[in-house]
Amino acid sequence: MSSIAQKKGFGATLWDYLTTVDHKKIAVMYLIAGGLFFVIGGIEAMLIRIQLAKPDNDFVSAGLFNEIITMHGTTMIFLAAMPLLFAFMNAVMPLQIGARDVAFPFLNSLGFWLFLFGGVFLNLSWFMGGAPDAGWTSYASLSLASPGHGIDFYAIGLQIAGAGTYIAGINFLVTIINMRAPGMTYMRMPLMTWTTFVASALILFAFPPLTIGLFFLILDRMFGGNFFDHTMGGNTIIWEHLFWIFGHPEVYILILPAFGIFSEIFAIFARKRLFGYSSMVFATVLIGFLGFMVWAHHMFTVGLGPTANAIFAVATMAIAVPTGMKIFNWLLTIWGGSIKVTTPMLYALGFIPSFVAGGVTGVMQGAAPLDYQLHDSYFIVAHFHYVIVGGVVLAILAALHLWWPLMFNQMLSETLGKWTFWFFFIGFHLTFFIQHFLGLMGMPRRVFTFGANQGWDLFNLISSIGAIFMAIGVVILVVNIIITVVKNVPVGNDPWGDGRTLEWAIPQPVPFYNFKQTPLVRGLDTFWIEKQEGNKEGMTYAEPISDIHMPNNSFVPFVMTLGLFIAGFGALYNGEKDWAVPVLVLGLAITFASMAVRSIKDDHGYHIHKEDLMNEKGGK
Amino acid sequence: MDLDKKYTPQTWPDHPEQVTMEGKNKFLGFWLFLGGETVLFASLFATYLALKNKGPSGMEFSTQTLFELPLVFVMTMILLTSSLTSVYAMYHMKNHNFKGMQLWLGITVALGLSFLALEIYEFNHYVHLGFNYSQSAFSSAFFTLVGTHGIHVVVGLVWFILLIVRNAKRGFSLYNAPKYYTASLYWHFIDVVWVFIFTVVYLMGVVG
Amino acid sequence: MNTTMKEGFDLAMMKGLKKWRLFSLLAALTIFLSGCGEEYLSTLTPAGQVGRDQFNLLLLASAIMTLVVIVVVIIYVVAIVKFRRKKVGENVIPKQVEGSHTLEVIWTVIPILLLIVLAIPTVIYTYKHADVSAMDHVDADGNKTAVTVNVTAKLYWWEFEYPDLGVVTAQELVVPTGEKVYFNLKAADVKHSFWIPAAGGKLDTNVENVNQFYLEFDNESAGLKDGVFYGKCAELCGPSHALMDFKVKTLNRDDFNAWVESAKTTEAVADGDLATQGEEIFNTSCIACHATSAAGTAGGVGPNLAAFGDRNRVAGFMEHSEENLKNWINDPQKYKPGNLMPQPEQLNNGEKFSEEQLDALAEYLMGLSIEK
Repeated sequence: MSSIAQKKGFGATLWDYLTTVDHKKIAVMYLIAGGLFFVIGGIEAMLIRIQLAKPDNDFVSAGLFNEIITMHGTTMIFLAAMPLLFAFMNAVMPLQIGARDVAFPFLNSLGFWLFLFGGVFLNLSWFMGGAPDAGWTSYASLSLASPGHGIDFYAIGLQIAGAGTYIAGINFLVTIINMRAPGMTYMRMPLMTWTTFVASALILFAFPPLTIGLFFLILDRMFGGNFFDHTMGGNTIIWEHLFWIFGHPEVYILILPAFGIFSEIFAIFARKRLFGYSSMVFATVLIGFLGFMVWAHHMFTVGLGPTANAIFAVATMAIAVPTGMKIFNWLLTIWGGSIKVTTPMLYALGFIPSFVAGGVTGVMQGAAPLDYQLHDSYFIVAHFHYVIVGGVVLAILAALHLWWPLMFNQMLSETLGKWTFWFFFIGFHLTFFIQHFLGLMGMPRRVFTFGANQGWDLFNLISSIGAIFMAIGVVILVVNIIITVVKNVPVGNDPWGDGRTLEWAIPQPVPFYNFKQTPLVRGLDTFWIEKQEGNKEGMTYAEPISDIHMPNNSFVPFVMTLGLFIAGFGALYNGEKDWAVPVLVLGLAITFASMAVRSIKDDHGYHIHKEDLMNEKGGK
Repeated sequence: MDLDKKYTPQTWPDHPEQVTMEGKNKFLGFWLFLGGETVLFASLFATYLALKNKGPSGMEFSTQTLFELPLVFVMTMILLTSSLTSVYAMYHMKNHNFKGMQLWLGITVALGLSFLALEIYEFNHYVHLGFNYSQSAFSSAFFTLVGTHGIHVVVGLVWFILLIVRNAKRGFSLYNAPKYYTASLYWHFIDVVWVFIFTVVYLMGVVG
Repeated sequence: MNTTMKEGFDLAMMKGLKKWRLFSLLAALTIFLSGCGEEYLSTLTPAGQVGRDQFNLLLLASAIMTLVVIVVVIIYVVAIVKFRRKKVGENVIPKQVEGSHTLEVIWTVIPILLLIVLAIPTVIYTYKHADVSAMDHVDADGNKTAVTVNVTAKLYWWEFEYPDLGVVTAQELVVPTGEKVYFNLKAADVKHSFWIPAAGGKLDTNVENVNQFYLEFDNESAGLKDGVFYGKCAELCGPSHALMDFKVKTLNRDDFNAWVESAKTTEAVADGDLATQGEEIFNTSCIACHATSAAGTAGGVGPNLAAFGDRNRVAGFMEHSEENLKNWINDPQKYKPGNLMPQPEQLNNGEKFSEEQLDALAEYLMGLSIEK
């Protein structure tokens, strides 16, 4: 149990993290695990670009290449981008709204362990007979035909990780609705909180279709189902619909928090209130809503007919309007401001042209007849990397620098940070800009090799060189992190000097109970307001110091997840190994038993007493 | 706030499930969860409608030949009644009548179990006819949709039983009131889903 | 909507664009883009009306989008240059502006207008390119007026059946120029996607239904580098997805009719001793899967080889030489992993084909031709 300042041994620390329900520690675990998967996905990306650096290359075999691209996409989306964003949501959002923790600390921990075990399960496929090889979209006819257990690892691993995401989504929603400090009205919430809110709502409604799709895949492959077997009356297009009803909102689940991060950065480092705050909020909600109306634009070439294609084409174009509003609002935020180009700001400034490029190519693909040419070519590869890397990854890297002092009370090196940025940014454009033209020149995506003299040789080589630049950027980042952690120089709160929202007002290191007294929020950018009025403490309080109720740590989430992890292997080998069904039953029994334990054992938490709080001087 | 504090009918709040912060969060979170569950079942319904009566060429089974309304009608009535009895239980919770609540929840569980028994009988009957899970896309979709509902029933029953047994000696508290409340919410949701299954699968199957 | 209206619209669109200020931008884009890629493969050098429509849409969309990018970049650059802290002073607190309704309206309405400009041709072309109503038109004698090709995508090759002409071929599609050619697309095993980049966009071949569309080709392919257009599989379909290429030969209508006639009548003949030996081997080991007559219907286990000697590639992607052919026959898994052709050991009493056998087979296969 975390309590007032004490040195702990490694074992105790490990146990603390295994059982913690503190949103700040869970954020750190999301950051580490997500970062690890980001590096794994990055290595897979490098292998892809090495293979495609020259025509007729045989660096990796055809089958292995398909495994690599599948794992690259799946890892980056589900195991890197989302968890890294969850890290920042967990670390920042409760502090921004003045909450002591999230609404369901126990579920927060459960969500993390589900994600981690799901990710580990998926990646174990590399060592247990081969990774999934049907692309991250895993279209049903190919995924049913795929031999071995790769696709089974995909379906079960994502099912476990997806459950974690779903739980996290509900948790964030309830936290934001119920746990806001007095005065924190909806229209005073920082954009990071708003985008977390909308992204969580998207998770709530987008993940169930994926769950169902994956269940069908599991049932078809392992338990004799016939959903996608057309000889038995099944239909593979059902998978495509379910996948994209999830898949398109998923894009917004990733990009909206990125928008939130950049909205914070532009305001902080231009020393200026976010321009058009209310229209930014409106645009966020509208994008979230429209995100559910456009999934079939991923299926223009499936043959849904001209009416469906026309409707989805126009709906897709409509999304450009609120997105454009955001871009212009950011531009007007820095316009007339006082711009300081720190590392986070550098990422934000790099994001604008990159994301605009990704956005406009998105509109081009929204034009259905044009998409007949662009779909499944390298143009689409370029497009979604412009959105995901140029938007989401730049946001994650920016947030890492921005909130590192908040999470660890240390500052990453600005010099190395800028080196990382330039390598990564230049490498990114070098890699992907040229891929638009490869697509237009007829190169399909997901090809493990290409013949010489089709006009693609030079551009592919340039693209691969760009990838090396990106890799160098990431290596510098890792070095930067190691140096910073080793040096461990405390920086205190508001190290950027221009923090505007509540998370910068809290003393460093952040006490495990967050706010000694719940703050009173007096407007948008409440910390900024207090500072302008000369309030040294940075906060006005809504209550006198009194006892704080805290949740107990728990090992149950870990065990619950372990049960599902074990059950996963049982399902995977069903009908093939004798031990499969017993293992499946055992795993589920562990999970349900730990749920029952949780349900039966009273857990009232504990109180930090007023007297103890009075004795503390802020930090730990 | 002391979660184990004993209340009398006079001091017992009007909405005991939403007094504590934990209770409020649970209440809202569970509603959101049911929102997600709705999308989950919507996906299952959509798939069922797409695959209804679809199978290998020359398949002998169809909704018309397979389903018999009387049995399903009885099941529907049982489940609807169980929803009503769970409402009685919540009514007694509001009035701080612990015994009454436990009794009505017990009746709810009994009805739920009989529903489950009839469902197992029904599934067994189909399998004996040769309409098993792997028989066709239609059979897969049918068993998955109705079976997912059945699993929800099992979960709901286990949940009720745990609550009844666990709290038998403790009586009401602000700690367990939200638990009772969400469990009954879950049970209503299961009931609503069944109304849709009855309509879409059975009625539209036999009539339409 | 009838054809003349559509053409009228195309013209009007281009005319409207000419008047527009976008025109110079558009012209520059056209020149820049058509410099990219190979004529037989690039979407930027459209070979027929469908591809051209889509290319025009690309130009229009690119022009609009370039306009947007330019506006953004100008504001962006000016803001970064003008409002750096070094310039405005270290301790200056900028005015905390809330927003501007006028600006909000401007940057909502202008993008909507720009998108409408793009949406109108998008919707029109969507319907136009899906219009296959003329597919079943017949002339006075009851013969179909248009050529229809049934395309079946298989791991990893393409079968092309001409149901109204009684001809079937594989790997090389032969079509007439100057008219709409209609396609019925289906997959036999897993999902693939049929794409001839130069001619127009792709359409998926699904396992459970037939998709239909049409393409047009202006000119004969004889003038191209290899004398053919390149076709690709655009949907991941397994290890050898990248190698699932096909070729398209376009002939004028007279030559096409002659090709059909020849395809229907040509019988496989072995020319010379070596070829005759090859034929014998073929008849014991290969003929169960591969037909050598182009007269027939779809459904071959392996590609129809009646026109093998006329082809441009071995196995769809290797240079058309005897050497490659022999290598391929003796180890298909090495060259196209995951393909369904049996390894030679399964056909030849557990052994690889000998050099002599291969020579004979190659001689025979290279002699199979319907173009002569």
